[in-house]
Amino acid sequence: MDFNIVIAGEAGQGLKTVEAMLTKTFSRHGYYLFSTKDYMSRVRGGHNFMQIRISDQKLEGPDEGIDLLLALNEESVEIHSPQMNEDGTILSEVESDKDEMVYLDAKGIAKEVNPRAVNTVFVGAAFKIMGLPTDQAEEAVKEHFAKKEEVVDDNLDLLKKGYDAVNELYNLKDLGKNEENIVIDGNSAVGLGALLAGLSYYTAYPMSPSTGILHYVAGKQEELGIVVEQSEDEIASINMALGGSYAGMRSMTGTSGGGLALMAEGIGLAGITELPIVVADVQRPGPATGLPTRTGQGDLLFAVNIAQDEFPLMVLAPKDQEDAVYQTFRAFNLADKYQIPVIILSDQFLGDGSKTIKEIDTSEMKIERHLVDPAEVEGEYKRYKFTEDGISPRAYPGQLKDNIVLIDSDEHDEFAHIVEDAETRNKMVEKRNKKMEKLKNEDLLEPEYTGPEAPDYILVGWGSTAGPIREAKDILSDDYKVGQLAFNDVWPLPTKTIKEIAEKDAKLVFVENNAGAQFDRLVRSETGIKADYNILKDDGRPFSGQEIYRRFKEEVSE
Amino acid sequence: MVDKNLYQADRETAWCPGCGNFPLRTALADALADLDLKPEEVTMYTGIGQAAKMPHYIKVNGFNGLHGRSFPPAIGMRVANPEMTVIVESGDGCSYGEGGNHILHNMRRNPDIIHLVHDNQIYGLTKGQASPTSVEELRTPVQTHGVNAEPLNPVRFAVGMKASFVARSTVGDREHLKEMIREAKKHKGYALIDIFQPCVSFNKINTYQWYNKRVYKLEDHDPTDHAAAMKVAQEFGDEIPIGIIYREEKPTFRDRIPYLKDKALVERDVQVDDLKYLIDEFK
Repeated sequence: MDFNIVIAGEAGQGLKTVEAMLTKTFSRHGYYLFSTKDYMSRVRGGHNFMQIRISDQKLEGPDEGIDLLLALNEESVEIHSPQMNEDGTILSEVESDKDEMVYLDAKGIAKEVNPRAVNTVFVGAAFKIMGLPTDQAEEAVKEHFAKKEEVVDDNLDLLKKGYDAVNELYNLKDLGKNEENIVIDGNSAVGLGALLAGLSYYTAYPMSPSTGILHYVAGKQEELGIVVEQSEDEIASINMALGGSYAGMRSMTGTSGGGLALMAEGIGLAGITELPIVVADVQRPGPATGLPTRTGQGDLLFAVNIAQDEFPLMVLAPKDQEDAVYQTFRAFNLADKYQIPVIILSDQFLGDGSKTIKEIDTSEMKIERHLVDPAEVEGEYKRYKFTEDGISPRAYPGQLKDNIVLIDSDEHDEFAHIVEDAETRNKMVEKRNKKMEKLKNEDLLEPEYTGPEAPDYILVGWGSTAGPIREAKDILSDDYKVGQLAFNDVWPLPTKTIKEIAEKDAKLVFVENNAGAQFDRLVRSETGIKADYNILKDDGRPFSGQEIYRRFKEEVSE
Repeated sequence: MVDKNLYQADRETAWCPGCGNFPLRTALADALADLDLKPEEVTMYTGIGQAAKMPHYIKVNGFNGLHGRSFPPAIGMRVANPEMTVIVESGDGCSYGEGGNHILHNMRRNPDIIHLVHDNQIYGLTKGQASPTSVEELRTPVQTHGVNAEPLNPVRFAVGMKASFVARSTVGDREHLKEMIREAKKHKGYALIDIFQPCVSFNKINTYQWYNKRVYKLEDHDPTDHAAAMKVAQEFGDEIPIGIIYREEKPTFRDRIPYLKDKALVERDVQVDDLKYLIDEFK
């Protein structure tokens, strides 16, 4: 089964509460979820909606057709009617004799109990329509309002009244809770990966759609005894985090494109001072302010070329919420191992979207700090000691007795003192470049290929498009021999697999959430391999599997 | 007392002969030795400029980072290690120009940091353009008809912000400067010392003589009286006061994070297994 619910209305109507309660309840009834948010950059008014797709099997992306629309205002009925599936239902306060329309006097019902809880009446009615009991929903209400106890009873009452106001139309079953699953959004997943990796210091300036990371880690700061500092601007964010790293703590910052632009010089500073740092860029369309609350993959080439001149840098892109936890954890270990900046490229689709995933397996998670053993330091400490692999023993101030730790943004010698001679400059550039070579040889993740041995088409993507591309591939597989190549690491670019694949007699179809085919250009510049077709989308909305399927049919298949 | 030779404050420099940075360096090494601090117990954060090269010319831990951006990384050390003595040191351009936003917000945070500003009222390293503290009549290759803005009085700004320790000193009086540094170290919280320090190569107005003629030591001034401090802070003309102008005991940045207590966060021992409950919260 595959059931798609849309909750629509204007900002300020409590859509988030509805979504939170439905998500929790469906999950406890054993359903797999995939939810996305489509909202405007405003606090009140406008048109916002959230989509919750549920199934008895794992889901990889959003759906297009709607089975149940909870329209919290009249405008939402008009906007979403064209998307309704056959047998779909619209629950609203609009009186109509159309078959698909179910009337609910939500405001009238709420008025008698608590006029602010109109949304809870919708939740109650939705459960009745779907044929699900309200016991789990009641628990969800209690948990959601745990900090506002005085409204719990009102909401429970309205849940019941909403339930009684409509008739059952579908027959969704309780599947029994799957204890091995969790539901998590991409921003929390990045935050969770960071906390598991021992994040002690997170510094950021609020910016959509990255603020979810800041909120999640800040919510944990007291219980974990870590520090989350809201900086005065993104230049401060990155420099603060670098200060934390220099002082010996695992440190991180997060932002979106505009903030990343302000951090550019700081990321270059991490490059030349060889300070480990993790930076999350939750992409939104740009340039400048762009579309603040929407999604895109337009920062790829910017991230790869983040600051002036050249220095070792890693850019990786999680494929979904589950991968975001593991990749963020890995980012900290790699930043420490190579003493480099690592940029995590997420996006609004991944960051704001939630998915049911398998419980995170921590058995392989090992925190590897790669700090110097003080006993091994003889004489005067050289922060930038020349070594075979370019990696110098890293110490933090106060770690070594009778030794200081100096770092410098100027070109420097092994002791970090300013130099301008060509010989030392060449040796330092060579030293830093050696780290990049070692990273390429030892730690790059090759993209994952799934599909037939001899495909006619290969859908190539990076980061969060992996799920929708997988759905498209599955639909297309009925008619075509089609495979999928999904990249995690994008810089340095792993080239082995794509070179092997290019040998096959298959057409490469690059699917990207940007207008300029940035990944195609990157692959081409690194390998000479180029796309045969590009399926691109830069309207701020995520791909669905069906959309990729349709566009493949229209633009690719011969 | 720590041997002041440990600081190696006689290293070769890229400063001009006669530069006010030399006496400032000597005063700093003397003060650190008086305070019984070993080089590894001090971390200095600097930006870019001639003054900002200080961590190369004196032996302490050093983060010679980006222009104007010394405060943000210094906060990181304040979180990681409560014991470390933290100094932010740079010129007037780095501190008050490029770093303007950071100084404002770090006065609000009040971290336990000593801020030494080499204020020579000009840009030295870039060869003689106006700085935020340059006098209006200064003529430079850029400011050909004088400066298009009023000079910043950093002391007035800091007292206006109720920065928790505000002092002015001059390299012309080394004993005074040493005393101000020692007092700044004793103070818990942000401590600004704006230090007159002539640029002998590019600033032909604000010379040693110019400063020596004008500065006077504050006497009978109560630095804990904000109204009195505001009055003193206005003085910048034929007479310029030096000394502790404002001092207020108030919560520091770390005090506002009560759960940190005396903990050095750098020593936090994290085991992934202890954090598995975070995953369960998403069930």
